[in-house]
Amino acid sequence: MVIKAPDRITYTDGHSFCPGCGHGTAIRLIGEVLQELKLEEDSIIVLDVACGGMPIDVWRYDTIEAAHGRPVPTAVGVKMVRPDQPVLAYLGDGAAYSIGLAETIHSARRNDNIVVIVLNNCVFGMTGGQMSPTTLQGQVTTSSPNGKNMESGGATLDVVKLLSSMDIAYLARGAICDAANIRKAKKYIKKAMEKQLNQEGFSLVELLSPCPTNWKMTPSRCADHIKEHVTSIFPVGEFIGKEGEQV
Amino acid sequence: MGKVVLHTQRCKGCYLCIRECPKKAIRKSGINNKKGYEVIEVDGQLCVACGTCYVVCPDYVLEIHREETT
Ligand SMILES: Cc1ncc(C[n+]2csc(CCOP(=O)(O)OP(=O)(O)O)c2C)c(N)n1
Ligand code: SF4
Ligand SMILES: [Mg+2]
Repeated sequence: MVIKAPDRITYTDGHSFCPGCGHGTAIRLIGEVLQELKLEEDSIIVLDVACGGMPIDVWRYDTIEAAHGRPVPTAVGVKMVRPDQPVLAYLGDGAAYSIGLAETIHSARRNDNIVVIVLNNCVFGMTGGQMSPTTLQGQVTTSSPNGKNMESGGATLDVVKLLSSMDIAYLARGAICDAANIRKAKKYIKKAMEKQLNQEGFSLVELLSPCPTNWKMTPSRCADHIKEHVTSIFPVGEFIGKEGEQV
Repeated sequence: MGKVVLHTQRCKGCYLCIRECPKKAIRKSGINNKKGYEVIEVDGQLCVACGTCYVVCPDYVLEIHREETT
């Protein structure tokens, strides 16, 4: 038996994410799920223009790059005209929870039959590590050089908690910090895709992810930080639709 | 048992594999790839082909070839 990343991800021989970036792992998990569910050919993926947009150059899936923060409504539109094809939006916390928060919430409100994967690295990664709505209190970023606080940065937004009272198909949060959590995150993505195939409606899977460049930490230190700190603020697990295989 | 095939041209030296390998079978090799990163190497005597490194590697460097046991 051979365990290797799907050919559709590796054919260009490398992506341009920074060393240790969680985006690389996240897109491999999406690729593995599409391969296992035999959806590689039919799926349509909508990316954002931030760091999570870079896969458009490195992978082989039918892909659209939407305007910043608009992968969710774009995915909704694609699903309307291609209801028989699996549609997945992949975007960052800045895109999904800041500029695109309204679109995220309204898509959930309508229970649109799409999968939304949000890579939450608690910063605007691509533009140089500014505060996002999920930046933790005390976190030093380029727009909170003395550490984020209520006065200058407001509260830390937990969108998974916000969505947990809504009538949607699936809601989960995983963490890209060690092998056990990465394996779980993959199961969450797989369950979300299966819900879409079963016409159950809106799924959102958030992935807590390192951004070593903007956190100014080594990849190993990022993993400790997620385990010790980030997951204490943003709990991982399944929150809606957890019936079926135990994850 | 089995073996690990390495695509070190993709390695960016994050060393998450070294951190996570339960058998401590992975180390820095002293060799830089074209991108300028010091890449990893795997000690075939220690490796049990568990695949933990594959799971944590963000750059798809490691490929696990497991011998089937009957
Ligand atoms: C309409 C618009 N506003 C702002 C920007 C600038 N911009 C590009 S990426 C980004 C934020 C990226 O953060 P996130 O979505 O969390 O993705 P990450 O890079 O962290 O993965 C911003 C503000 C833009 N490209 N378009
Ligand atoms: S800036 Fe952050 S999110 Fe963007 S590729 Fe680098 S590590 Fe990843
Ligand atoms: Mg981000």
